[in-house]
Amino acid sequence: MTRAIILFFGAMATLLFALVVLIILPNAMMSNVEAPPDLKPYTQEELLGRQVYIDNGCVYCHSQQVRDPAFTTDVARGWGSRPSVPADYVFDKPHLLGTMRTGPDLINVGVRLPDAQWHLLHLYQPRALVPWSIMPPYPFLFEHKEAAAPDDTILTIPEAYAPESGVVVVTDEARALVAYLLALKRDYPVSAQAPTPPEGETGEGEGATK
Amino acid sequence: MAVENSQSTSEPRQENVVENATRRDSVIDHSKVRVNVAEAARLDRSSRFPVLLGFTLAIIWLLEGTLLGDIASFKFDFPDFLGSQEYLTFGRVRPAHLNAMVYGWASTAMFAVSLWMMPRLCRTPLQWPGLATGGIIVWNIGVYIGIVLLMAGVTDGLEWLEMDNTMADPLLVIGAAMVGASIWKTLAARNVDHLYVSVWYVAASYPWLAIIFIAGNLPIYEGVESAAINWFYGHNALGLWLTTINLGLIYYLLPKIVGRPIYSYWLSLIGFWGLALFYSLNGMHHLIGGPMPSWMIATSITASILMVIPVVAVGINQHMTIAGRFGAMRYSPALTFLVLSAMAYTAVSLQGILTALVNVNRVTHFTHWTIAHSHLGVYMFVTMSLFGGIYYILPRLIGREWPSANMIRAHFLLVGLGMVIYVVTLGGGGVMQGLRMLDPSLPFQASVEAAKPWLLTRSFAAVLISIGHVIFAAHALMLVLRGRSSVPEDPPFFFVRPVLVRNDGTTHQP
Repeated sequence: MTRAIILFFGAMATLLFALVVLIILPNAMMSNVEAPPDLKPYTQEELLGRQVYIDNGCVYCHSQQVRDPAFTTDVARGWGSRPSVPADYVFDKPHLLGTMRTGPDLINVGVRLPDAQWHLLHLYQPRALVPWSIMPPYPFLFEHKEAAAPDDTILTIPEAYAPESGVVVVTDEARALVAYLLALKRDYPVSAQAPTPPEGETGEGEGATK
Repeated sequence: MAVENSQSTSEPRQENVVENATRRDSVIDHSKVRVNVAEAARLDRSSRFPVLLGFTLAIIWLLEGTLLGDIASFKFDFPDFLGSQEYLTFGRVRPAHLNAMVYGWASTAMFAVSLWMMPRLCRTPLQWPGLATGGIIVWNIGVYIGIVLLMAGVTDGLEWLEMDNTMADPLLVIGAAMVGASIWKTLAARNVDHLYVSVWYVAASYPWLAIIFIAGNLPIYEGVESAAINWFYGHNALGLWLTTINLGLIYYLLPKIVGRPIYSYWLSLIGFWGLALFYSLNGMHHLIGGPMPSWMIATSITASILMVIPVVAVGINQHMTIAGRFGAMRYSPALTFLVLSAMAYTAVSLQGILTALVNVNRVTHFTHWTIAHSHLGVYMFVTMSLFGGIYYILPRLIGREWPSANMIRAHFLLVGLGMVIYVVTLGGGGVMQGLRMLDPSLPFQASVEAAKPWLLTRSFAAVLISIGHVIFAAHALMLVLRGRSSVPEDPPFFFVRPVLVRNDGTTHQP
């Protein structure tokens, strides 16, 4: 090549082509995806909890998607009753689909583990409940006090993990995070749009409704 | 460095018109690009300050990123390690490590490398060197702000795009644009007709980076569209930025060190345009099985498989350039790192193609295989290439030889061995983790337990690599602090003579 202008426009053309195919076209196609009637927008508290989830990088170990049962066992493992669809995520900004399952998938954790007390203790010290867990503890989402104030929620901790003196009190952040986790329920039916591609990924799906 | 005569030493081969044209293109045009030692020194002086600044900042980032990576790694083995420190929780240290390495270490070093290459390849002094210096400074301030905020819990929440898009990202865009302006201005002021393949890669990378980075950070995406732009960016940051600058560096230094032109101009063309066309469509293979329209994922899988074309083209081209001259690695540490890096590029690309296949991906997706794969790419390919570049460039800019061959050997052996252990054990561990996760009769615990021993070997590898980095940084410091008087009579690495070609143009077999 001898012409810088060809290099420039050629390089831009290839990238813009990819941008159109993978971003602009799908954006247009999916702009009409509507929330399923059973999917409620996040409450203020759940949104705060979602922010806590983002700020502490939960996404680096937990995915939020049920893959197609045609070639995975996500459904058989109990992570959801059906594969996830784009409509499940209309209120998610940014997305938290995730790329790692160092820990289990969480898109239906609210269905699987509906106990808020369990989640609070698990966040404070995962190994108090799951001995083999390698999840980090989040003691900084709790407050260590000598004595609880009247309107404080005290966390009940097994002796082995409890501080030597005083009490551990639940903060608003921890409460919000648990509220968000309990709101992760994508088990409602999406009948009309149920995706059942016959041949796994390579099957021609109905684009926007997959 | 008379290269023309090297033709006479190659085996007799079937000549045909295309072959002749190919050789003429690569030989004749390269001769116009090639510069003599005095001219090279003059061109190097024009880029000296920004290049030295870039390398200095990059090496500091390398040490910081290494520390963050070590902390993240040990947290897998000892989950309560630093557990009460909010700003050192795993979910912040891990992205801080990635951002420090990709934007701090690799990108800053790549600015320096490209600012050093362009004047030589365009045969003109670096244009707007002050702007380039400013760009490197602005970029680095942006990365520091981004990572400090990240560890304080301020993040955009998208992998590879974590840095805050109001405080940090604008500085990154401005910084890269300033460096890019200097690069393109130098290209515009060139004194050569033919653009060497490294120029294509380096010059194209800057507008590519600008487009993907701005597109990726626009706060307009919701739901699965946010996932699409996330991985469009994430994959292209690797493919159209980290990969391209380093391929440009390897394409420049391999022929230069072995004293032989690039094997085939046409393969260079296929490699470049094939990469531009196919790599940019790869991103959705990070979402195989996910809630995306299946045609998007199918497009990316197809493009991933098509990547075999540019990858094999580049692989053959670089291999044939150095084939028969591997012995030069004994004399040139830069070449040793670059050859390993070029091989890792082929390996990581083929592994990436494999991983994009649905029947492999169903096992390896969401496991530590991905982490091993990304380290094969960003470390074994990108970082090794930058080490090679620094080993070659720094002595020329400072005017002294590296003080210790043994420190270079120790650096190479530690990081090389460490990374082999890292990639092999963690990749294998990821497969075991994935197979257990895919078996619904086993509890989730089985997948965690299967990965644990390999996470421990990874931490061991991380320690080896960290020691290598400390030695490298200390060695660079020694090089800078060392007095001029100690320049050795016969520098071992400074100007590595082409093994088979003498200065007067005659050739000889060793």
